[in-house]
Amino acid sequence: MSAGASPGIKRRDFLRYSSFGLALSSGGITVLAAAKTAAPANSLNPYVMIHDDGRIVIAAPNPDVGQGVNTALPMIVAEELDADWQDVEVILAPIDASRYGAQFAGGSLSVRNRWDELRQMGAAAREMLLRSAAQQWGVPRVELTTQPSKVLHTPSGRTASFAELVAAATEQPVPADGEVVLKARADYRLLGQRVVNAAAADIVRGRPIFGIDVSVPDMVYATYVKCPQVGGVPKTANLDEVKALPGILDAFIIAGNAGPPSFDLRKSIHVAGGVAIVASNTWVAIKARRSLQVDWDTSAASTDDSRAIEATALSAAGRPTGERDVKRLGDPDSAFAKSSSIVSGVYATDFVSHAQLEPQSCVAHATSTEVEVWTSSQTPGFAQSTLAKLFELPAEAIAVHQIRGGGGFGRRLSNEYVREAAVISKHMGKPVKLQWMREDDMAFDFYRSPAYFGLQAALSETGELTGWRNHVVSVSSDGEEANYGAGYRGYNFPDDVVPNVHISQTMVASKTPTGAWRAPISNVYAFAEQSFLHELAEAAGKDHRDFLMAALGADKWFKPDDLASLNTVRARKAIAAVTQAAGWGRAIPKGRGLGLGFFFSHAGHVAEVAEVSVNADRQVTVHEVWVAADLGQIVNLSGAENQFQGSIVDGVSALADQRISIRSGAIEQTNFHQYPLLRLPQSPKINVEFLASDYPPSGAGEPALPPVAPAICNAVFNACGERIRSLPISRAGFKVV
Amino acid sequence: MITFSLNGDSVSFKGDPNTPLLWVIRDDFKLKGSKFGCGAGLCGACTMHLDGAAIKTCVLPVAAAANKKVTTIEGLGNPEALHPLQAAWVKHNVPQCGYCQSGQIMAAAALIADKPDASSDDIDQAMSGNICRCGCYPRIKAAIASVAGNSQSYDATAVEATS
Ligand code: FES
Ligand code: FES
Repeated sequence: MSAGASPGIKRRDFLRYSSFGLALSSGGITVLAAAKTAAPANSLNPYVMIHDDGRIVIAAPNPDVGQGVNTALPMIVAEELDADWQDVEVILAPIDASRYGAQFAGGSLSVRNRWDELRQMGAAAREMLLRSAAQQWGVPRVELTTQPSKVLHTPSGRTASFAELVAAATEQPVPADGEVVLKARADYRLLGQRVVNAAAADIVRGRPIFGIDVSVPDMVYATYVKCPQVGGVPKTANLDEVKALPGILDAFIIAGNAGPPSFDLRKSIHVAGGVAIVASNTWVAIKARRSLQVDWDTSAASTDDSRAIEATALSAAGRPTGERDVKRLGDPDSAFAKSSSIVSGVYATDFVSHAQLEPQSCVAHATSTEVEVWTSSQTPGFAQSTLAKLFELPAEAIAVHQIRGGGGFGRRLSNEYVREAAVISKHMGKPVKLQWMREDDMAFDFYRSPAYFGLQAALSETGELTGWRNHVVSVSSDGEEANYGAGYRGYNFPDDVVPNVHISQTMVASKTPTGAWRAPISNVYAFAEQSFLHELAEAAGKDHRDFLMAALGADKWFKPDDLASLNTVRARKAIAAVTQAAGWGRAIPKGRGLGLGFFFSHAGHVAEVAEVSVNADRQVTVHEVWVAADLGQIVNLSGAENQFQGSIVDGVSALADQRISIRSGAIEQTNFHQYPLLRLPQSPKINVEFLASDYPPSGAGEPALPPVAPAICNAVFNACGERIRSLPISRAGFKVV
Repeated sequence: MITFSLNGDSVSFKGDPNTPLLWVIRDDFKLKGSKFGCGAGLCGACTMHLDGAAIKTCVLPVAAAANKKVTTIEGLGNPEALHPLQAAWVKHNVPQCGYCQSGQIMAAAALIADKPDASSDDIDQAMSGNICRCGCYPRIKAAIASVAGNSQSYDATAVEATS
């Protein structure tokens, strides 16, 4: 490792790699290929290490909870490095902001944020290999090029593998940005291809790569019981009785913080009060919960009743305008006064839980001077900073290891279970694995917020959309600010597209914690807005596609050059493509319907058509879904397609019968029998089309979710004439079969 | 003491006979491929084979495995060659998070052992006890169908990654 190769592998990181090795030797985890690369040798930069035997190790910087970034991000490096993908081994990078910047999984941002950086890293490493070959062979650099995993001197035909060159290449200065030329898109060998997930081989063999699989020497097993009424704290518990049970090592109260936690990822050091039971194995700890009796202090706890919240919100949303103005564009009042007809609809969605399949778990070892955690957090950086704050230790004293997570969807953005594990470990003076039950996961989520929209539109005599009112009714814990995911979404349709717009807002009290659930805010907005646009098309006597195309107004990029803003040109292309693929306008048998939905979120323009049938028993079969999207360039075609298929399934699953209800501050659902997830036989046929696009790539994890609900609900309307304005659709007696 | 065959080896367990087989396999025998998803027989993440039948082991007392043959995902196929379903899973790039997949593969393996040419309806029926929260169902079905020889396979051109 040369001094010039920035910024270098530091001793601290070497230790972190070693700790993977330690865990492994105790029969614990393997983290992709980390085990085979105990110490990074021949590193050209923080992302690229090349072994003498030809293996090219690429570090995946961001957590992977199923979104495929442990494959997509290394592919970007491999492309510019010109590595043969067959030679590539992916390892999980250590958590180290100084070398990897912000390492998180959220907002479908991994690919978007790292696109430039990772291309540069791959290209810089390639350049170092080329320069070292030029030096060794005494030939001009310009006569050299690469073929997968090797350098070629074209005039002489001489070649050398990357492995042969890497030792000398580490002595080369690191090329600055701009000193290397990135590949032209036409020269890509890997990007845009179908590539199997880098973890697939480990997954199908059942290798221990998930958070729940971590084990470290001397580890003991904990379960943590919290107050069902969210925010309650323990007063007393029958600890002696529990401690007397065979296999129980300890049982103790953690006073914790009273009151429901907030979804403040950066700052929150909230630890809910509860009772920790520590045992010699998982089952003994779980079983002991049955013997535990706790007297709770619920004075600061939530007293939410979801039925009351809904009743208050719906009556508010029935009024055309709310308590406070959010924005007025044009002259909405006179637009409505002059309109030829006004259409109104109140849309509502329930609380929803994440239900990622792997319940939260964390292995932690906390002493008075150091904390080490192994976690599938989507925000390992915040795990580190909030642990430092909680334990009053410097950041350097906190080591966080990222481990693959069994599903995220936003649930692993918060780190409260990491803090719980660390607090329990410190009390025990030993490494502890904290395992949440499914029931804990469902009872103590940061739920998708309910949302209520009172929508009104003004139509002209010729059926043009001339005015738009949205009375957003938001749950709020303090009456001031909307809870996470419940608010107004910001600059987007209908602003500057519909001539006269009035957005207003009313707050409804709720203390139940809410957080980011796949495509937060967009998921509920899409249902309301895109269903309502279909209502308007019907009222105007127009074809839904034509009406939607027209409603998008003139060609316009909301914030030019900002990929995170709506571009109506890209939107219309997606709508045109999907309606063509689905055969929009074709004859449909009675009882069947096609429905359309479009949404822009997470830098993706996504349109979907669903074909459903509805029978007399209100059973809904979702036969087929077509998706067309402009996501920019595609990194891993197979991975992006998988994300889209998964988003459709998730969308159907959520709209069918997923709802969390709350009584006296406690969640009523406990497990999958009361909170059903879609099963294979209900899963529709899905056709995904990514439109050719020269824009930089954007993330595939979220943007295909929002259009699902409106596409299906619009299809249900077309099939049976009934408008669904509330999710899940089971509330209106529909059942997805 | 409860004795059973675990992936071909005879093993015995001395603890509480009511301990669910899942936790015995994970904590005592340190095989982590079988997963905990719900603990209530609702998701299939813990699916193993008991004398060849797919069983949800989070609700199965270890005593019920006495003198029987338990196969886990680690015992499917062999170190050199993947089971045809495991290979199909890779070829179709089935997993997203991957957490459900050992259970899915074990459920599918029991089906294929029983009905090597399983129909689309057979697949639907056999797989309805296994949740995939990530929604990999289209690929799960395609992978099983490709092994059952009634392929509705797509994505067959997938490039295999180094693993
Ligand atoms: S963990 Fe056994 S069925 Fe869910
Ligand atoms: S791949 Fe994540 S639950 Fe199936």
